Amino acid sequence: MMHRRPAFIAYFTAGDGGMDYSLEAALALEKGGVDLLEIGIPFSDPVADGPVIQKAMQRSLELGTKPEDVLELIRRIRKKSKIPIVLFSYYNPILQGGKEFLHKAKEVGADGILIVDLSIEEQKQELKVLDQIWLVSATTSPERMAKILPECRGFVYYACQKGTTGARRNLPEGFGAKIQQIKAQTQLPVVAGFGIASRESAAEALLYADGFVVGSLIVDAMGRKVSAEELTKLAMSVDPRRSL
Amino acid sequence: MSYYGNFGGAFMPELLITPLEELTAGWKKVWSSPAFRENFLDLLHNYAGRPTALTEVKRFAEAIDGPRIFLKREDLLHTGAHKLNNALGQCLLAKALGKKRVIAETGAGQHGVATATACAFLGLECVVYMGKVDLVRQAPNVSRMELLGAKVMPVEQGSCTLKDAVNEALRDWSAHFENSHYCLGSALGPYPYPEMVAAFQAIIGKEAKQQMLQVCGRSPDLVVACVGGGSNAIGIFSAFLDDPSVQLIGVEAGGKGTKIGEHAARFQGGKPGVLHGCYTYLLQNKEGQVSSTHSISAGLDYPAVGPQHADLYESGRASYAASTDAEALEAFKLLSKCEGIIPALESSHALSYLVKHAKELRKDQIILLNLSGRGEKDLPQLIKEGHI
Repeated sequence: MMHRRPAFIAYFTAGDGGMDYSLEAALALEKGGVDLLEIGIPFSDPVADGPVIQKAMQRSLELGTKPEDVLELIRRIRKKSKIPIVLFSYYNPILQGGKEFLHKAKEVGADGILIVDLSIEEQKQELKVLDQIWLVSATTSPERMAKILPECRGFVYYACQKGTTGARRNLPEGFGAKIQQIKAQTQLPVVAGFGIASRESAAEALLYADGFVVGSLIVDAMGRKVSAEELTKLAMSVDPRRSL
Repeated sequence: MSYYGNFGGAFMPELLITPLEELTAGWKKVWSSPAFRENFLDLLHNYAGRPTALTEVKRFAEAIDGPRIFLKREDLLHTGAHKLNNALGQCLLAKALGKKRVIAETGAGQHGVATATACAFLGLECVVYMGKVDLVRQAPNVSRMELLGAKVMPVEQGSCTLKDAVNEALRDWSAHFENSHYCLGSALGPYPYPEMVAAFQAIIGKEAKQQMLQVCGRSPDLVVACVGGGSNAIGIFSAFLDDPSVQLIGVEAGGKGTKIGEHAARFQGGKPGVLHGCYTYLLQNKEGQVSSTHSISAGLDYPAVGPQHADLYESGRASYAASTDAEALEAFKLLSKCEGIIPALESSHALSYLVKHAKELRKDQIILLNLSGRGEKDLPQLIKEGHI
């Protein structure tokens, strides 16, 4: 799922601004250098998300977005692009959609899924359809990592900040040490996310990590319905792999 | 045990799994410590005012043509509801874990007031999240919490009620777990909360069972309690779970109609799903989005039910009914007039079950009802809306 050069992952909430806009945004982000899209299924009670993504989810739900519509979006993206796509969701919509939903997601071309409020202990065999992306967090001990890392496929997602998603000025203390802890236990690439919203922090993250995730910055721009060109420029502007 | 039959578990972001494991370890340690239990009981007796009375309500029973009815008077507990049992227990635990700050959510404001009270008494900083809608309809409790030194944070996300307050409290906890304890107010949420809250509330059933034995020489035939998250119900049910001759009845909020969004009766229109960390009966649409709920009572206005109740429902050990806003209001007025006891709107749902069904019972049967709280907090809203 991942390139060997440092990867740029962009998150957005599907359906915020309408599905046509989501499709445009996906392609615009790819054009801006994004290597992998993390596409969020909106949920009514997103406890892991800060205000920017909460509002995007609420707007999307108000427009009537259903999990099935997000699969339709992926199908449309797939007609125009081969970019790897990871679905992001809270557990309840997945649980209600069941394995039929996950098989359909695979069929339309989703490469993986990240279920933010599902712990390794609570996962169900019958819902193992797509490659599952597991988070390692600031609180995950090396002993817990030993349980999580063998389950990881494609890459490991290090959610580096305490609290919820949302732009922050700096990476947290101990960022590099934590990534080294993870890398001591896995060969998989490790990408860092939560709070990365500038070229500077992305560059700092890449000193240790194999990739970085930008979410709230993009979601905020999409909430303002910026044009496709502007989204492409925004993606380019936070990408430290690109010379200015 | 993190599951009750199929229900419960701990569905939380990875960030909170380790804090939950630490909480579980801390909880197991203090609960097996005689010194902690002694301290807890001492506070319940000498600060909260336990044991609470058991009152036979003869005029109410006569008015509804029912058998003997006894009320377990949690309305007489300090701060006016059973919530203080749990708040004191969790705040003592927070102290034992070295936390300086306590986070709580509140709907009706009773759990917020109880937590603010416990924090004031124990010298802890307190932050309470409360939905904007509830903030308006339970205004007196907001002033109470502030007087007690708590910081009340209005929540303007989603439906601006209890579930959104829980979301916000969880977000706060995920940023501040190192120095803060999240004091969840009902027997809900991720493990170990349902077990912990039920343990702190078990004193209700323990006392009531003894009191019934003293007064009637036996256990009741029927135990009735209202069910929002379900902590007062679990508290009183717990003493009778092992005695199959005691029928257990939980009463949910039937709201103003049977359509989704018009009530908070999880066993009447919900199905299993995950919200706020546990797998349980949940009001939701077919895509798994959590539904908005309605109840005249802010304390019952919540889309999920405690996982132990989900298990008691599926196993058939307890049964669950619903009372509408109007029925609860009628029972509220009746108990006030007949007995000089103004019940909380939450507890009025349980009373309303008796108004509807007591005459179907044999006259030699005995009913125990948990009067979980007092109704003074509801008066401003009821007066404003012209109900009284």
